[in-house]
Amino acid sequence: MISIKNLHANIEGKEILKGINLEVKSGEVHAIMGPNGSGKSTLASVLAGRDGYEITEGSVVFEDKNLLDLEAEERAREGIFLAFQYPVEIPGVSTTNFLKTAMNQIRQYRGEKSLDAVAFLKLMKAKMKLVEIDQALLSRSLNEGFSGGEKKRNEIFQMAMLEPKLAILDETDSGLDIDALRIVAHGVNSLKSKDNASILITHYQRLLDYIVPDFVHVLFDGKIVKTGDKSLAMELEKKGYDWIKAEHGSLETI
Amino acid sequence: MSTDDQVLEEFTSKEYEHGWSVDFEADEAPMGLNEDIVKFISHKKNEPEWLLAWRLKSFRYWAQLEEPKWGNVHYPKIDYQALKYYSAPKKGGKVKSLDELDPEMIKTFERLGISLNEQKRLSGIAVDAVIDSVSVATTFKETLGKLGIIFCSFSEAVLEHPELIKKYLGSVVPAADNYYAALNSAVFSDGSFCYIPRGVRCPMELSTYFRINAANTGQFERTLIVAEDDSYVSYLEGCTAPMRDENQLHAAVVEIYAAKNAEVKYSTVQNWYPGNKEGVGGIYNFVTKRGICAGDHAKISWTQVETGSAVTWKYPSCILKGDYSIGEFYSVAVTNNYQQADTGTKMIHLGKHTKSRIVSKGISAGKSQNSYRGHVNISKRATHSRNFSQCDSLLMGNQCGAHTFPYIDVENSSSQIEHEATTSKIGEDQIFYCKQRGLDEESSVALIVNGFAKEVMNNLPMEFAVEAQKLLALTLEGSVG
Repeated sequence: MISIKNLHANIEGKEILKGINLEVKSGEVHAIMGPNGSGKSTLASVLAGRDGYEITEGSVVFEDKNLLDLEAEERAREGIFLAFQYPVEIPGVSTTNFLKTAMNQIRQYRGEKSLDAVAFLKLMKAKMKLVEIDQALLSRSLNEGFSGGEKKRNEIFQMAMLEPKLAILDETDSGLDIDALRIVAHGVNSLKSKDNASILITHYQRLLDYIVPDFVHVLFDGKIVKTGDKSLAMELEKKGYDWIKAEHGSLETI
Repeated sequence: MSTDDQVLEEFTSKEYEHGWSVDFEADEAPMGLNEDIVKFISHKKNEPEWLLAWRLKSFRYWAQLEEPKWGNVHYPKIDYQALKYYSAPKKGGKVKSLDELDPEMIKTFERLGISLNEQKRLSGIAVDAVIDSVSVATTFKETLGKLGIIFCSFSEAVLEHPELIKKYLGSVVPAADNYYAALNSAVFSDGSFCYIPRGVRCPMELSTYFRINAANTGQFERTLIVAEDDSYVSYLEGCTAPMRDENQLHAAVVEIYAAKNAEVKYSTVQNWYPGNKEGVGGIYNFVTKRGICAGDHAKISWTQVETGSAVTWKYPSCILKGDYSIGEFYSVAVTNNYQQADTGTKMIHLGKHTKSRIVSKGISAGKSQNSYRGHVNISKRATHSRNFSQCDSLLMGNQCGAHTFPYIDVENSSSQIEHEATTSKIGEDQIFYCKQRGLDEESSVALIVNGFAKEVMNNLPMEFAVEAQKLLALTLEGSVG
């Protein structure tokens, strides 16, 4: 589905990603773990097409398309979804209105007809159950005054509505209590199919108790330094990241 | 140049949609302004002597005044002698029915999306269409007449309802009120008059559509709305003008009189030509709008969406004279390129238990300057009164400016005032968030801006709200920063 080869990226002249290689196939769940500052969120941003990053080397192919040539909105329409670590507030725009606008632009891009109000509402009702989200919340201004848990659930709700091929969850577990974590994980698990894939970016192993990854990668100093299965996550949980640091040299003096 | 700057560049280069003009054969006054021109206008309209006298008095007063300088707007000195003060399409003017109207005229309004054909209109909106100095058509007059509602051009009202005009003209905005009001009182040419009798709820929206067509011509219209006891009316005003390199002057006066328990809702979507991206041309929009809640429990609500004009100077105000009367002002003012807007409101509380609410949303893009100027005055007698003001500014890019000038005077201790103000910038984060969900840049901006202005937009009548939303997006197309 997505093939990342030797990806290097700078922000304001500073190299953050130093040669990422990653291959994700349909039906797979990959977890990317790593200490703070290792480049996890940068990787998510670069894949989603946020401005301000300079790609100096490497390639990303998503479903036969050169992803790096596409605008952020084109990537979204091709089926890439990023669940934000810090979802943005948009005053005066309800989630419902926001999603309807987004969905119809995506459908238009794909040459599909817009959903009418009834079909949209029906779809919404079905997906609301999945993440136990209340309609009242969806009528409020997007993310404005939402609790941390509500924001994250709203992200997963949007993911459920947009049915992406590749979902990238950037620290979706951070700041969640156990109940919210369980709901979010349930949502992600229910959406899993043989035709889609997810990349979970997380600092802690906790989320992986609920969503079992096929692969666990350790990102350190802009590179993937270790890949394994779920047991690698357990090991990290037990030993922390210090032994990785010891193995690969501490972060260069910044 | 970063991507943001490029987008900003593209966005601000959006062309004005209504910039065309039509060659009507026109009946015009010679250029310049003097007593003879005032007489010329008055005679053209067969006005009674008292009105000519009123005009001349206004003119003489105006002639001694200086243009106000306190607004946060800058423009070259206007040469009032280089303008024409009257221009009427020859085939326009008085027609008994719409069938007699010049088909070109009907087409002109159709191009603007205004149908003058009553049968073709889907919604219940009665229209008074004004081109340059004259009203060319008023629809649904008969339907409204059955309820005793008078809705006609101002010129017609002068001739047919002189007693009402004599009673109310200048009663809310006196000729000597300010420089532009005095000018308007001297040379006003047409506009709309609307009278709602006691106890009548006007069943349809009344609207006036103003179009400046002729070159070198100022438009000075006058609107007067009188709502008797226990009546209700919702009134809409729309405006466009052709693209011309010179600046054109528009100095209107709107007066609203609301008697006991009457409610008047006045909505404006102002889309005068704003000038090009270099700031050449555009309308100078110097308007005096004021309403008086003369009776107890009266209510006047102003809603405005200001997207056009090179320079806007406008403060729709309420005099809350009746006890328990209510004044509201909801405004979205958008400026782009080199536009300048100095707009806001005055709420003058005279009656007891009076309430006012001000919600102002300023959106600045390009190199524009956008100012909110408001005055809340609660007099000694106006005990237990309340005001709530909220002024929010949204900035796009880093070359524009937003300013807030709130003046508050409270002369008693039982009244309450609240004032909230915020300034924010459309964030890259917000735009990226939208784009990540599949929205293109323009839709993202439109969504964010409309969200910002929602509280005001919600006050517009339905059909107008849709138009206004599109207009907001259009005005700002490409202004991300």
